[in-house]
Amino acid sequence: MRKNKLSNAIILVGLAILFILAPLLYPNQSVPFQMMAYMALAQGINLLYGFTGYLPFGYVGFFGSGAYGVSVLVLLLHWSVIPAVIGGGLVAVAVALLLSPLLRLSGAYFSIGSLAASEIVYYIVSNPNMQNITQGPYGVNLAGVYAPNTSYYAMLVILLIFTAVVMYVKNSTFGMSLLAIKEDPVSAAMCGVNVVRNRVVIWLASAFAAGLAGAVYGWYVSVFYPSSVFDLTISIFAIVFTLFGGGGTVLGPIVGTIVLYGLYNTIGVSSPQYFQLIYGLLIVVLVMFLPQGLTSLLKRRGINVP
Amino acid sequence: MADSDQQGQFHQEVSLLDVSGIETGYDDLQILWNVGINVRRGERVIVLGANGAGKTTLLKALVGLLPAWKGAIHLNGEAVQGMRIDRRISRGVSYLSEVGVVAGLTIEENLRIGGYHLASGAVRSQMAVMYDFFPDLRARRREAAASLSGGQRKMLAVAKALMSRPQLVIMDEPSAGLSPLFVSEVISMVNRFHGEGISFLVAEQNVKFLEIADRVYVLDAGRMIFSGTVEELHKNDALERAYFGVYG
Repeated sequence: MRKNKLSNAIILVGLAILFILAPLLYPNQSVPFQMMAYMALAQGINLLYGFTGYLPFGYVGFFGSGAYGVSVLVLLLHWSVIPAVIGGGLVAVAVALLLSPLLRLSGAYFSIGSLAASEIVYYIVSNPNMQNITQGPYGVNLAGVYAPNTSYYAMLVILLIFTAVVMYVKNSTFGMSLLAIKEDPVSAAMCGVNVVRNRVVIWLASAFAAGLAGAVYGWYVSVFYPSSVFDLTISIFAIVFTLFGGGGTVLGPIVGTIVLYGLYNTIGVSSPQYFQLIYGLLIVVLVMFLPQGLTSLLKRRGINVP
Repeated sequence: MADSDQQGQFHQEVSLLDVSGIETGYDDLQILWNVGINVRRGERVIVLGANGAGKTTLLKALVGLLPAWKGAIHLNGEAVQGMRIDRRISRGVSYLSEVGVVAGLTIEENLRIGGYHLASGAVRSQMAVMYDFFPDLRARRREAAASLSGGQRKMLAVAKALMSRPQLVIMDEPSAGLSPLFVSEVISMVNRFHGEGISFLVAEQNVKFLEIADRVYVLDAGRMIFSGTVEELHKNDALERAYFGVYG
């Protein structure tokens, strides 16, 4: 247990140092910012997929809801930006609560159902008739609260919080109950686990992570469109990063994001013609030989992966 | 002394589980007809019946895995039919299904999940009790339950069911798939924990469990055809009418 606490502390401090130093070492601040955003999203997916087995293809719906939540609260209700960011996260939680009946589905049905649900949210937000509230398809301008440095550190705080949440879940009886539910819901229920409540709690926590990340993203970029914050690629990247590193671990989504997003920003920028090929090959190799992700290499050697 | 005897008798008389007129089944297929059963505090009650008699269906209805179409289920005097499974479990019932363990979790995690409702200190002390009783489990506590043999899994399932310090343990065919040696171990374990005040309701087709029964029910084709003591059962032809799978 003490060993766990030490390794968790090292991960949190390491992340903080990495992303505090990154803008000083790398001229383009938006790269480490986006890496943090994907890491936070990957941890959010990790909460859901890693501990319950639900793979939400429509996860970006919560991200977009957070971004539009902050814009509505700032532009329409004139909230100051920090409460609006928290409010944006809560908008995503509210959307997740509405969509919680999706948890009755399982496997591919859930994944596809969540994708369809995120499309519904997208079409509601981008509907021209919603112009008075969301600006419809014409995009949002938050130039009045634009603060790239503050929002950069806000994303770091969100990343650290949700990494800590994953650490808590992984080492708690609650997390163990989720793993039991993932394996055998009836057996878990027979131990007195409230299967429905625990699933909904982790679903909402996962949506909150995406909502907050989306809210801070909206604040950071300050000008965005429905198509940019409800882009399915965001879901796919976050899912692939999580799977690549290894779900159900604290380290997996971090490693997955650093490796794959790092690759995306090197090969993807310098040789975009090879990027899709290399990315595709990596994923095929991963699925075939390391279905539990990179961190499973350590587990196979008996190393306890936090 | 007289007071304590009276108190003991009182505890025997208070129904821990009182089931009456249960009817249930799967979709349109009715399995149970007007089934009643009663477990008093400190009793070991065995429900005997052949394969397909409806034993598992009855237990599923008792713990809430299957809704009862008709009838009443009272636990400690409280009506629990329609209550969520986890709420029934948190009222002092533990259920040991034929599977019993979460294969992907380690032995220790299975025990911890078994004591889900206990405070962490209580989990540790109860786990120590279980490890004392099942030393093989202690030695392999960090291994996945999937790595255990059938008999060891059953032991883990029993330990997991007892982790929550239940008042009543409901066991579905604990002898299924076990060698005679392991069956004897399960019986001795039931005796040991019965001595600590836990009541048992065991659905079985193995008549060896009659050795420890305070009372017996016989279920045949979804209907209860006998209820009484072991001595009364021996004087009755219910055993002959129902197929147990084991003949003495």
